[in-house]
Amino acid sequence: MKDLIKDIESRFEVSDYIQKLDHLAFVTVEKEQAIALVTYLRDYRKFTSLTLLTAVDWLEDGVFQLTYLLNNPSELTEIGVRVMIDRENASMESAHHLWENMMTYQRELREMFGIDFPGSPRINEDFILEGWGDLPPYRRDFDTKVYSEETYFPRPGRQSNDPATYMKSKMYPNE
Amino acid sequence: MNKHKFEDLDVDKFLAPENQKRSVIAPDGSIVEVDPLKDYFCQDRPEVLKPKNGPVEKFLNWARAESLWVLGFGTGCGSIEIPPLVTPRFDMYRYGVQMRPTPRQSNVFIISGYLSVKTLKRAIRSYEQMPSPKYIIALGSCTINGGMYWDSYNTINRLDHYMPVDVYIAGCMPRPEALLAGFGKLKELIKAGKAEKANEYAENFDWYKANQKKIIKDWNMPDYNW
Repeated sequence: MKDLIKDIESRFEVSDYIQKLDHLAFVTVEKEQAIALVTYLRDYRKFTSLTLLTAVDWLEDGVFQLTYLLNNPSELTEIGVRVMIDRENASMESAHHLWENMMTYQRELREMFGIDFPGSPRINEDFILEGWGDLPPYRRDFDTKVYSEETYFPRPGRQSNDPATYMKSKMYPNE
Repeated sequence: MNKHKFEDLDVDKFLAPENQKRSVIAPDGSIVEVDPLKDYFCQDRPEVLKPKNGPVEKFLNWARAESLWVLGFGTGCGSIEIPPLVTPRFDMYRYGVQMRPTPRQSNVFIISGYLSVKTLKRAIRSYEQMPSPKYIIALGSCTINGGMYWDSYNTINRLDHYMPVDVYIAGCMPRPEALLAGFGKLKELIKAGKAEKANEYAENFDWYKANQKKIIKDWNMPDYNW
């Protein structure tokens, strides 16, 4: 794994690097170099399998963090390529030509986070939600509770108790 | 069938390609205009089923109560509580309850847990295809007030605003015994002539449709899927 990281650092501008486990590491690179790094890992370093592509919404920093998690089946190692992209008009280079399932991940991110991947097949079609017209629901500034209360006819009289205090008052009222 | 691009068509963009108006060449060479929403579905509203006179209705209700045929449609985590009913331990057949694969053959619909908007659309479609008299059993607290998904952006809170519910079974999740008790309650209601929610659906059809269309944004099916 250390040779691999040295190799990556000699070829790409790595701004951050975390070794989580012996066989699992994360590198953060610039947006322009990410797809080149993913392609390099797939073609020359045997990371032939895409585990997942996912996003995290860092609302306070104004960025989305994309993670391309790649797996090397022959050496049983895993590497995550992290990219920070701007939250405003979020857009990322498409990588659908590298793996067939990448297209599905990109469609999901388009729908749930509103991240655009220009050129990716069927990117603007509905994926899970049908006819969604609001903010993308996985964005952290989307308030799911308010949306639910406005939309789904909440039944009045709903109460919730703290389980510890409620059980104590029920079972040991004199203490 | 041609591949459609939504932008190219001057129709409702949510209408599925197979439901769009088109012209088809018949075997004899003539061109036939097809409008699937009118040709393949009945556009009539549901009708209220009036009870027959005294003893006849009583006999019919007894017969209905003793053969509850359940649609095999699982919606949430509760659908895992239904398979044990078919096993010898719980054995729902002894109560005259059995599973059917299609809505056209069934008269009980178990909404087994949370319903996302996407599933609600399919559930409504299946429910409307069932022949009357038909009954809905709502299983689990999600169907009552949303349960643990009460603040989710994509699951409904109250089932009775979208579909008429005859029997609620509370719990998260109710055990198969509770489900059997629910069938027992439904039988009581049917025998007493009180399981009239399908008629209520027909009477308040506009209210139900307004609620359904409020949340199902891509309404691409007929108003009544009979």
